[in-house]
Amino acid sequence: MNNLIVSPAPHAHADDSVRKNMLRVIIALMPAFVVSLFAFGWGSLIVTLISVVSCVLFEWLITKFILRQQPVITDCSAILTGLLLAFNLPSNLPWWIVMVGAFVAIAIGKMSFGGLGQNVFNPALVGRVFLLISFPVQMTTWPRPLGWSTKYAVDAESGATPLSVMKNAIKAGDSSLLNELPDYWHAFVGYMGGSLGEISALALLLGGIYLICTKTITWHIPVSILTTVALFSGIMYWAGVEGAASPLAHLLTGGVMLGAIFMATDYVTSPMTGWGQIIYGIGIGVIVMVIRTWGAYPEGMSFAILIMNAVTPLLNMYIRPKRFGEKKKK
Amino acid sequence: MKTFRLGGIHPHDNKQYAAHRPITEVPLPQKAIIPLVQHIGAPAKPIVNKGDKVKVGQVLAEAGGFVSAPVHSPFSGTITKIDSTVDAWGMRMPAIFMDVEGDEWLETIDTTPTINPVCKLDSKEIIQKVTEAGIVGLGGACFPTHVKLMPPPGKKAEVLIVNGVECEPYLTCDHQLMLEHGEEIIIGIQILMKALNINKAIIGIEKNKPDAIEHMQELASRCLGISVQPLKLKYPQGGEKQLIDACIKRQVPSGALPIEVGAVVDNVATIYAVYEAVQKNKPLISRVMTVTGKEVKNPGNYKVRFGTPLADVLALAGGIPETTGKIIGGGPMMGRAMNNVDMPANKRISGLLLLPDSESHRKEAANCIRCAKCVQACPMGLEPYLLAKLAGLQRWDDMEQHYIMDCIECGCCMFTCPSNRPLLDYVRMGKATVGGIICARNAK
Repeated sequence: MNNLIVSPAPHAHADDSVRKNMLRVIIALMPAFVVSLFAFGWGSLIVTLISVVSCVLFEWLITKFILRQQPVITDCSAILTGLLLAFNLPSNLPWWIVMVGAFVAIAIGKMSFGGLGQNVFNPALVGRVFLLISFPVQMTTWPRPLGWSTKYAVDAESGATPLSVMKNAIKAGDSSLLNELPDYWHAFVGYMGGSLGEISALALLLGGIYLICTKTITWHIPVSILTTVALFSGIMYWAGVEGAASPLAHLLTGGVMLGAIFMATDYVTSPMTGWGQIIYGIGIGVIVMVIRTWGAYPEGMSFAILIMNAVTPLLNMYIRPKRFGEKKKK
Repeated sequence: MKTFRLGGIHPHDNKQYAAHRPITEVPLPQKAIIPLVQHIGAPAKPIVNKGDKVKVGQVLAEAGGFVSAPVHSPFSGTITKIDSTVDAWGMRMPAIFMDVEGDEWLETIDTTPTINPVCKLDSKEIIQKVTEAGIVGLGGACFPTHVKLMPPPGKKAEVLIVNGVECEPYLTCDHQLMLEHGEEIIIGIQILMKALNINKAIIGIEKNKPDAIEHMQELASRCLGISVQPLKLKYPQGGEKQLIDACIKRQVPSGALPIEVGAVVDNVATIYAVYEAVQKNKPLISRVMTVTGKEVKNPGNYKVRFGTPLADVLALAGGIPETTGKIIGGGPMMGRAMNNVDMPANKRISGLLLLPDSESHRKEAANCIRCAKCVQACPMGLEPYLLAKLAGLQRWDDMEQHYIMDCIECGCCMFTCPSNRPLLDYVRMGKATVGGIICARNAK
């Protein structure tokens, strides 16, 4: 009886944890991973394994030997960073480039800010963009899906992605080039070239529905990004801009789905309030479409998310939640 | 089905342990300690002396101010000393000690079980009786009830909202009270409607108590102006402001009282006490409290007179299980953990919850991952992660600007935090300091 525990309320807890949240995101990524194994075979598995293992290893080494703290890799956040990084890479990337990407993601993207929860930018995207700028050739040479129709491939070794087709079309102002695009159904299930985790909108949407149902993420960010992309490209398409692809083509190709559902919704680097998240999502949608239409790169999802990551602290400062009993300003 | 609009969480209600257990009277103790602070406001001033013989219902101490309440003797016996005692949370407070010698009631009190539905008193007389009976809000806050019945000039009550929500997990005393004393509660509501001069009352009950909803609906259908509002299950619906929002879709502005939107909120247990005070002349000397927990032998709802040692109540419930790690006065969300059970029962303890050791410890806190779950859960629309951070940095002015004083300390933020951060600890500390700063500023 002398050993009663005394602590302030509340005495109950939802029994949620960082680890459980990370695991839910990892589970949600599994359908897309299966599709990538199916499409790209061993390459996909090897890139993913190297990325995950290096991320965990670098985090452990940095926490232990540089920060001199107890490593907390059990929260699974490094595994998730590794997975997301791999999903943004071509499946035929040399192993050492993957490791460089993982190092930049963890060391510069995450640990240099002080570890989990402190970073300003999405670590996986920091790693990916570093690789894209440093190794542009390797990062934009995608293998064609194994054993599938070569209709979308330029040569036997590597295929042009639908995004580069769209880029060429809009640059040339020639809509006939868009005939090279896969049909919507193929694009939806992932029957095309691209980074290993981004090809199947179907698989990614399944994961997204799982995340929203388990209340791991809210609808605000994915819905606002996808709506903005659809509206932006829709206006261009129906306004008759030569070479503009349809909204559906924009939604189903490239990193839009992966970015909207998994990359932009990263807890640490996205805004805290519903309206803040909607503005953040609209910003990403606009920037990605601007890059796709007028930019030098065929794809702009990574840049769009990183730019809006930088705006997040500002959004947190100015967009406050609606308070109870708050009166509208007259 | 209605509910409040902002935030909220869904903890396991765990009401199965004590639900539907009939209200059992706890036997009288031999010695009793009656605390003189059983309410918010000034302590009551003792008017008896050592050696005095008192009867049940006799005034032991009178109200120490407008916001205060008198304390009555729950037993008949002899006053042995007037001293101070340490309550279960370690605070010292004045108290009257007595030897219990029997159960002899004042003659003016009607102790028969007959229900008396007719009230001929007018508004003033009713409020007078409520004031004299020492009635305070039995939902937990212990705010003196008569203060709520006297709106400040210029404010008019429009609706009485009856709190039958009992949103705290585990607790079942209000539920059982509605089932066993529904008729008295309805009469109590009519009395309060008369006192406030209004013709509308809404009884809010969460849908996990379907039998209480049905029972109260049937009773209310016979009375003009009283309706039952079934509510969706969501914590903290029993919070005054949340309940008003859920029932009549009006939000009490920051810093204001419910009367600002024309509402008066009273708990069903308080209303039962009003009935007894007005119709039976019986002051508030006992309450129903839930004793519960996964491993408690006889969990249930016990009617206990104030001053009875909590250990007696626990003994009746089958004693304290070996595995107990924490004993909580109240529910798991807002109740206080106690360091002993020698504390006497009083107006503010609505239950005793015994948690096994395995559920008594907090988990280690990790880094904030800015998941915004606390922002989504906050029923007041605050940003708990930010307030906690500012409290840690001692930035009091910033905290005030982020409306820390609006916090109702419901614990939703901390309940939902995946990183197990002690958000409410920080916010409470900030609130106390900012409150002090505001007081000092206003005093100038």
